Amino acid sequence: MQALILTGFGINCEEEFAAAYRLAGAEATIVHLNQVLHGQVSIHDFDILNFPGGFSFGDDLGSGVVLANKLRYRQNGPHGRTLLDDIKQFIANGKFVFGICNGFQVLVKLGLLPNLGGNVVPEVTLTHNASGRYEDRWVTLRVNPASNTPFLNGMDRLEVPVRHGEGRLVIPDAATQAAIETAGLNCLTYADFDGSATDVYPFNPNGAALNCAGLTDPTGQVFGLMPHPEAFLSAYNHPDWARRRRQSPEASEEGEGLQIFKNIVAHIAQKNTSTAPAAQLANQH
Amino acid sequence: MSDNTTHTIQLTLKPGQHDGDGQRVAEAAARHLGLATGRVRSAALYTVRYPLSETQLHDFATRCLADPVLHDVRLNELTGAEGFATYILVARRPGVTDDEGTSAQNALADILNEPLDVHTQHIFSKKLYLLENDLPESDLRRIAEELLGNKLINWLEVGRVADGIRDYTPRPGGGAEAITEVISLTGRSDAELVQLSKENIYALNLEEMQAVRDHFAAAETQAERQAAGLPADPTDCELEIIAQTWSEHCKHKEFSALINYKDLATGEEKQVDSLFKTYIKDATAEVDRQLRANGNDWLVKVFSDNAGAVRINPDSLFVWKVETHNSPSAIDPYGGAITGILGNNRDPLATGIGGARLLFNTNVLCFGNPEYDGPLLTGQLHPRRILEGVRKGIEDGGNKSGVPTVNGAIVFDDRYAGKPLVYCGTGAVMPMQFAGKDSWEKNIDAGDRIIMAGGRVGKDGIHGATFSSIELDETAPATAVQIGSPITQKLAMDFLLLAARRGLLKCSTDNGAGGLSSSVGELAGISGGAVVELEKVPLKYPGLRPWEIFVSESQERFTLVVEPGKMAEITALGQEMEVELTDIGHFTADGFLDVRFDGAPVARLNMHFLHEGVPRKILEAEWTRPALTEPTFTSPPDPLSRGEGAPDMHSIEPSGSPLRGRGAGGEVSQPRIALPADYTETLTQLLGSLNICSRESVIRQYDHEVKGRTIVKPLMGATGQAPQDAAVVRFNFESWEGVAVSNGIIPRYGDLDAYDMSAGSFDEAVRQIIAVGGKLPNLTPGDGIFWSVNDNFCVPDSVYDATSNPDGKQKLAKLVRMCEALRDATAAYCIPLTSGKDSMKNDFKADGVKISVPPTVLYSMTAKMEDVRRAVTSDFKQADDVVYLLGETHDELGGSDFYALHGQLGANVPKVDFAKAKALYTLVGQANDQRLIQSCHDLSDGGLAVALAETTFGYGYGAEIDLPAAGLPLATQLFSESHSRFLATVAPEDVVAFEQLLGSRATRLGRVTLDGQLTVRHAGQPVISANTATLRAAWTNGPVNKLLGVVSKDNLSHSNSL
Repeated sequence: MQALILTGFGINCEEEFAAAYRLAGAEATIVHLNQVLHGQVSIHDFDILNFPGGFSFGDDLGSGVVLANKLRYRQNGPHGRTLLDDIKQFIANGKFVFGICNGFQVLVKLGLLPNLGGNVVPEVTLTHNASGRYEDRWVTLRVNPASNTPFLNGMDRLEVPVRHGEGRLVIPDAATQAAIETAGLNCLTYADFDGSATDVYPFNPNGAALNCAGLTDPTGQVFGLMPHPEAFLSAYNHPDWARRRRQSPEASEEGEGLQIFKNIVAHIAQKNTSTAPAAQLANQH
Repeated sequence: MSDNTTHTIQLTLKPGQHDGDGQRVAEAAARHLGLATGRVRSAALYTVRYPLSETQLHDFATRCLADPVLHDVRLNELTGAEGFATYILVARRPGVTDDEGTSAQNALADILNEPLDVHTQHIFSKKLYLLENDLPESDLRRIAEELLGNKLINWLEVGRVADGIRDYTPRPGGGAEAITEVISLTGRSDAELVQLSKENIYALNLEEMQAVRDHFAAAETQAERQAAGLPADPTDCELEIIAQTWSEHCKHKEFSALINYKDLATGEEKQVDSLFKTYIKDATAEVDRQLRANGNDWLVKVFSDNAGAVRINPDSLFVWKVETHNSPSAIDPYGGAITGILGNNRDPLATGIGGARLLFNTNVLCFGNPEYDGPLLTGQLHPRRILEGVRKGIEDGGNKSGVPTVNGAIVFDDRYAGKPLVYCGTGAVMPMQFAGKDSWEKNIDAGDRIIMAGGRVGKDGIHGATFSSIELDETAPATAVQIGSPITQKLAMDFLLLAARRGLLKCSTDNGAGGLSSSVGELAGISGGAVVELEKVPLKYPGLRPWEIFVSESQERFTLVVEPGKMAEITALGQEMEVELTDIGHFTADGFLDVRFDGAPVARLNMHFLHEGVPRKILEAEWTRPALTEPTFTSPPDPLSRGEGAPDMHSIEPSGSPLRGRGAGGEVSQPRIALPADYTETLTQLLGSLNICSRESVIRQYDHEVKGRTIVKPLMGATGQAPQDAAVVRFNFESWEGVAVSNGIIPRYGDLDAYDMSAGSFDEAVRQIIAVGGKLPNLTPGDGIFWSVNDNFCVPDSVYDATSNPDGKQKLAKLVRMCEALRDATAAYCIPLTSGKDSMKNDFKADGVKISVPPTVLYSMTAKMEDVRRAVTSDFKQADDVVYLLGETHDELGGSDFYALHGQLGANVPKVDFAKAKALYTLVGQANDQRLIQSCHDLSDGGLAVALAETTFGYGYGAEIDLPAAGLPLATQLFSESHSRFLATVAPEDVVAFEQLLGSRATRLGRVTLDGQLTVRHAGQPVISANTATLRAAWTNGPVNKLLGVVSKDNLSHSNSL
């Protein structure tokens, strides 16, 4: 299973993103966005396309905006094809797209999330935290049981750090909100110590609508979240690791964030195994 | 209202959308300026100077700039809104970095699908604020200048909306002015030479100006110049190059000076032949000798490059550097700090060949009291504003570069109200080899090309090197200010990493202070000369003179050395990664720095004269011990004196005169402190005091865990509020090797004795690393545990002058003593210095008043951790663990926070007993090898009492502590700040082994409890009894978090793990 991880132009979480896939047993390739835009690397040679966190183009016009703009409008090659055209094809081929933090912002601003209408236009947005501040702090997430995405298979709760200034989900109208909830696309919510969804700061660090920390598209193939699971690959990333390991010295040294990567790697591996004969057949023709 | 080449796009929030920016302006105006603005509405403005059709403009505005959920778009109209009377428009001055404009330009190119001429700024971003209330213009200006912008970098328009909103778009530059002037030095009187230096901000003294004059007058020089076609007199560019190269900032003339030192008490006299050589370089050479004798040969590069380098393992090097950016931060806090961070990042990035991977940032900041409410001097910014601007600069500089800010410190003292101190540190990892070449070496041969990479050159930062070498006054030049562009540097950094790994770089260096003049000038020292063709240097805008191009400090630039045969490949890589590379000349071996513009000579300087010709300074130092008195305790307590509250602990006169003698000046009788029977209130006051209270609001706005490798963060525990002593960061995901990072800085002890202050600061940094589980170096042969220390001295002007600096000799003596302590500490612990910096003129002069910083030294330390999983954090881990005090407490309340609470300084400054400290640290390391220690916190500000409180902040634990009746008075036991001590906990089952190992060095104090109650008894009587959540609230709701607007509710955990 092959993961493509984009970098360049201010993306800065590509190394831990790649480490996550490697620890989950996949191969990860970090590639500068221009190598994809200029056709030296094809996303179609990979199983999953990843947009890491960071400050693409400095977040100058709003987080993720300039990068989303480049994917949507920059025409590559003689046929006027954009990278977004390729990504749409990639998803139609049953492949996966994953965005964390700035990567999530890019997917939302492109309209790949939540993509209720299926026509890839922006339907919601992510903007400045209610606090008005960038913040690095750990939060607890609750997985929406109605979510169908393989990324979150079998997961219920997850502790992860948030590190953003523009993570507040804004949903423009009640109809959109209802549609998101009905389809269970709000796959992750900020939770309090009981595990219930909360709008109380700092448990909900940004004031997001639906207390929502992450979204999927209706297919479950596209997934994005504001917090950073790739920053919790080892138990020793957690702020309370020292006390916890005293309590449970034999507990796993893996971090909870790694589970998301293990999930998607296992899912794709299984899918590839079951579809491999068909693919071979197709290649022969 | 506009032709088709100039357009205005205005984005306003749709009705109902939260306008956080506007709200903050309204709140800040009320809080800090006492001005009622009414509602404030913010809008983003973009002026586009590019031919666009109406459709193109509309598409660009609505699809690229506006968020369809959030924004309404107005095109080509600059109008207010119903119900808003006044406005403030914030634009940038010509040539000031405009990242938003650049990004918008990028987006425009994408939607048009055509390349835009990147040599021209086509889009200018601005902010417009509409205010409900009809404030007079003077009030609007105050809001504009004190909250929204800085006159040095922003163009600010204010007024009534009804009168029309005035717009401003910069029109930078004029025609190219390739003018080089000749400045004659011959025949100028001494006074005229000094005047010339002052007028041109050369920052050279008379002797230095005379040396320059004599060099040019020499027959040999004249013959060479005639032969090379240069005028007999020096050119403007030549004088600028000499001024930059000889600046205190670049040449460290005072650290290299010959110092005549006299101890006035003993009459002892001695001569110090260079502070740097005597106390730093030679001391480290001696440490290195001891290390190597014991099979520890990890010290790879010291003092000779942008950053020092030590070996982690056979495959990689740790490279790190800490330096200051004080002067720019004083006049433009945001720009000063962000360029400080980014500039310091470039040091490890461009060490040796270049291309290290940045691992972490650490920042230490010294500010005046942010709650100060008196008048300000001309040109002086309010300490709160400096704090907020610097904090924001560090946020953007670190976060946007993807470098975690893993720890730091903030120190408050009124004497930093003129010049703040902004220390920026960066650690990085570099492979031992790049494409078969030793990564840490800088080799250059004649014929190698000089490539400028990254940003372009403008008028920003001209004279930065010389300007920071003089005291600051109200005439600070606007061009000394620069704004950093993290995104430009991130691109250059990504490029450098790849270029180095592909073997395309021969070596590289940073373009920092002094710009090309400094970077090329220094590199040329390796090959023996260089030729630079200035007309090739890409400019932000035309209109720079050749000398300006050469010394400009425009940011985000590297100078690369590339072999001619690799030019094609590196150029292609630059294009691919959108990093501008320009070939601006080549290296030579003829002994001259040769600068040309369009083939005409601009400068031609003898390299030997340039680098070795500066006359050596001879300075005078006189040490007198300050007259100090210990206060006496009044006990038993007088009930009437209780509750009189804390006297103003920040009443230090901002005249720059040190604290010493306060309370002991002769006119004051023996100072007394009335002691309470119950110290709970005292502890609570200390926890809420400016220098001890929580910095969470600052810490959380820095990303401290990007890259996923931070193991010990600044705040830990289930609450996320337990302060830690040192950061621990792992190097990669493949091994558990890592590095501990600490900072030692205690300037207030310098008022008692500068030697003890320096020794204590060094010890503080060492013990912080020991606390988190680090081990001293060289204890066993070949253990390979590297330590790497950066020293950073920031002192007031210490050169004696009868009128302008009458106490200069005393100040210099303090510096000498600080250096002596440094030498003693490095020798005692066998810890080497690998790099450092000195900043010698930290004075602010205006309106006839001088504010001088107290002599300050920061020791920033790193040490290898063999397994980061064995790191020890400060907070209690489990009930019934046994609490120990490690080390000895002495009657050392002098300079303590406890005395400060009572308005006293005292006399008994904490002293370091290096031999005892080393023995204790060795034993703590052994105890950690046996995993006997569950938590460990170093004792510092506020002593044992504050450490006890802080160790409860991580979870909900409490502690029962019994202090002995015998020995030191209770207040001394609780609050003495004696060095080399820890508060540690041990599991009940390990107590025997632990006590056997530590012996008399460990004093059993009590145990950890589940009930969240901190109880301290003295001779059996409770003297502190407090709920630990209440103590935590006092600490969390201290002035720093209050000021920055993050105040937690009582008992509200910041994590949901509880």
